[in-house]
Amino acid sequence: MTEVELSPEVSEYTEVHRHPEPKTFISKWIFSVDHKVIGIQYLLLAVVAAFVGMGLSLLVRLRLVWPEKSFAILGDLFPVGAPDGVMTPEFYLAMLTMHGTIMVFMVLTTAPQGGFGNYFLPIQIGAADMAFPTLNMLSFWTTFVSFSFLMAAFFVEGGAPMAGWTGYPPLSAVPEAAVQGIGQDLWIVSIAFFCIASLLAALNFIVTTLDMRAKGLTMMRLPLTVWTWFVTAILGLLAFGVLLAAGVLLLMDRNLGTSFFVPGGLVVSDKAIDHSGGSPILWQHLFWFFGHPEVYIAILPGMGVTSHLLATFARKQVYGYKAMVYAVAAIGILGFVVWGHHMFVSGMSPYSAFVFSVLTMCIGVPSAIKTFNWIGTLWGGRIRFTSPMLYSIGFVSLFVSGGLSGIFLGQPTIDLYFHDTYFVVAHFHLIMGVAAIFGMFAGVAFWFPKMFGRWMDESLGKIHFWCTFVGVYAIFGPMHYLGMLPHPRRYAEFTGVDYLQTGGAGDLHYFITVAAMFTITVQFLFLFNFVKSIFAGKPCTEANPWEATTLEWTIPSPPPHDNFGGKVPHVYRGSYDFSLPGAKRDFAMQCNKDEAVYGGAAAGD
Amino acid sequence: MRFFVGISIWFVSLAMAVPFFTKWWWMPDPITELGREIDQAFMWTLIGTGVIFILAQAALGYAAWKFGRRSDERAMDMHGNNKLEMTWTGAAAVIFVSLTFAGLSAWAEVRFIDHRADDPTPDRVVIEVTGQQFVWNMRYAGADNKFGPVDFLQSDDAGGNPVGVDRGHPDGADDIMVPEMRVPVNKEVELTLKSKDVLHNFFVPELRIKLDTVPGLIGKLRFTPDTVGKYEIVCSELCGLGHYKMRSFLHVVSEEDYDAWLKEQAEFL
Repeated sequence: MTEVELSPEVSEYTEVHRHPEPKTFISKWIFSVDHKVIGIQYLLLAVVAAFVGMGLSLLVRLRLVWPEKSFAILGDLFPVGAPDGVMTPEFYLAMLTMHGTIMVFMVLTTAPQGGFGNYFLPIQIGAADMAFPTLNMLSFWTTFVSFSFLMAAFFVEGGAPMAGWTGYPPLSAVPEAAVQGIGQDLWIVSIAFFCIASLLAALNFIVTTLDMRAKGLTMMRLPLTVWTWFVTAILGLLAFGVLLAAGVLLLMDRNLGTSFFVPGGLVVSDKAIDHSGGSPILWQHLFWFFGHPEVYIAILPGMGVTSHLLATFARKQVYGYKAMVYAVAAIGILGFVVWGHHMFVSGMSPYSAFVFSVLTMCIGVPSAIKTFNWIGTLWGGRIRFTSPMLYSIGFVSLFVSGGLSGIFLGQPTIDLYFHDTYFVVAHFHLIMGVAAIFGMFAGVAFWFPKMFGRWMDESLGKIHFWCTFVGVYAIFGPMHYLGMLPHPRRYAEFTGVDYLQTGGAGDLHYFITVAAMFTITVQFLFLFNFVKSIFAGKPCTEANPWEATTLEWTIPSPPPHDNFGGKVPHVYRGSYDFSLPGAKRDFAMQCNKDEAVYGGAAAGD
Repeated sequence: MRFFVGISIWFVSLAMAVPFFTKWWWMPDPITELGREIDQAFMWTLIGTGVIFILAQAALGYAAWKFGRRSDERAMDMHGNNKLEMTWTGAAAVIFVSLTFAGLSAWAEVRFIDHRADDPTPDRVVIEVTGQQFVWNMRYAGADNKFGPVDFLQSDDAGGNPVGVDRGHPDGADDIMVPEMRVPVNKEVELTLKSKDVLHNFFVPELRIKLDTVPGLIGKLRFTPDTVGKYEIVCSELCGLGHYKMRSFLHVVSEEDYDAWLKEQAEFL
């Protein structure tokens, strides 16, 4: 076992038991119990899923603008869904459903939490690994099984499901209604496996955060990244169980003749359906009881990364650290009591809309705190515009843009008009789609040198940032205007509605599709930069190249097998001691207690 | 760099906001008092969020521009200001929550419908709307002002009885089934929303209201149109492969035209 050299910044440490390195390729890279390898596995899964999901969104955009056009390659790949290369409306809906499902589950839920959380939560709290390494391995491989089931849905008879990522019954529950085979069943099984994986992961994250922090690392000294991973895990623990139950019930409705979600007396295409006593609205309650917290599962880690990076690159303490922690907790709690705002026009009791609406507006308050504090963190700083910093600043801008449209949709009165229009599509793509993804870009660019011991190309990173930042606004900004017309969402084409033939819907769609093609192309720049830099990036030999303060920067890049080599640093200060007055240097690492160098008392206590 | 970051945040957010204030792409004119009330709620929200949007994006852009590294000066030592935090948060809370309350009366008017008999009266038109893949079925009570019993299991799409009205029943004999909706101007209309198969959603942009048609449940919507014209009814809940073409029309006509139309329809029976 080679000796691990800790950074000289570490004032004191505790000796702990060391773990032997895995010997075989399989135990090291495939069925690994090392949280870092599992983190990278999650990240790679997310990258693959993101590119598949993005490809599907391209098909969706192409079909909207050129419904009649033939794409030869599609005809070869999907002879049923796209005969002669022309996409059918049901193929469009299948692509849209799979795009949503892949992005929400396999990208937005895996990368920020399973990827970065797995890799950096243990290191940032000074642990050698997660609390339950084997459970951690099981979470990843269960997720992988889930992903495989989802991909299989493309290739079965009848093709991928077309009931939308929300899978509302009876469309999803009655096979005759959607004219489909087992694609929908595979979709449900995939989601059920995903729920199990996420429950396992959530337990692991919670126990690790509570039990395995280094000496001196109190909760109120935790990096905000750790706080958001921790709260996200609690959300996952409480939300995924509900979706799992709902999924099992839906699967039974489809295959075992139960009627949880399908009422009696239905007639589909002149054929009576043999069900009775279920309620389609029950599914919506269960789904959104999961679905709304899921939005925060996707975005909270991005918020954490953003707070972390804004402080690091503005060389300033996080503005209002405690307020940030309380805001994250408040968002987590409120996230569980607002699911009804997805259902204002579902037919549920109109009286409950009052309560859901007021509670929804209350989420605006911690969100406002976060925005204010992010700008406060930049204010008076000495900003270093590295590419991770650019992504973080982009995150704040996108969060503001995507968040404020929620103030419209959170009011039942206004939702009467905007529900299920492109206004909603614009809203959730900006906030949980691209804002969260900017959080991931920031995370990749920031931690890349630590993870791989090499640098990503900074110029390519900046070009990618600029093109993507402008690109996503060009895609999702105009969708608000489509919502004003109002353009209903999930329409395979807009030739069926007269008012969409005039009023500029066609021009807007054309513009959006061109912007999407541009933005998607640019993502290959990121992919190229990512893959190339893993193997041939400029080597990064320093432990702490960004002059950051948290514990992951005290160990070599890439980190050795059990992170600290059995020497866990003690922690003496909060996570963001930048530019302390009177200090000789503009950052003080958490593990350094040298008051003579850093002046005054540690902040953040 | 700092200059570019600042300018591009300003530029991009301005570009996104401008069409909202110039109304390049806008809602069609509302045709009910309620619709105008809802637009009012929308405008207040647009102003409230617009101000916050501009302030936040402008401050973000300014901070990036102003505090980019230029000299070897240290960053300010500043880790929070409770007073400012409370002011901003309090202001946001007041704006957000009061917007909600301001708009809720319109919601109550649309959706707080006390239980009444389903049959029409002289001053109220009642229409039963049944969604099915991928058409809308409208049913009027006919001359007797009484809806006959329906049973979807007895429905016959090809035979012109898509919702299974019991034509043998005295109340059902004169029920009128049509694919498009026709209502008299300035009279209260009440819709009874049903679905035969999956979820659909009844939406007329000019009315500013929508509601899912849920199999197994009955939904109620009420409106009083005050402008004669032809408006589109679009399905706004994913209902299957023909969702995009599930569309019908709402014709708002004069009282005389409406009565004449009703008589004409009765003759087809």
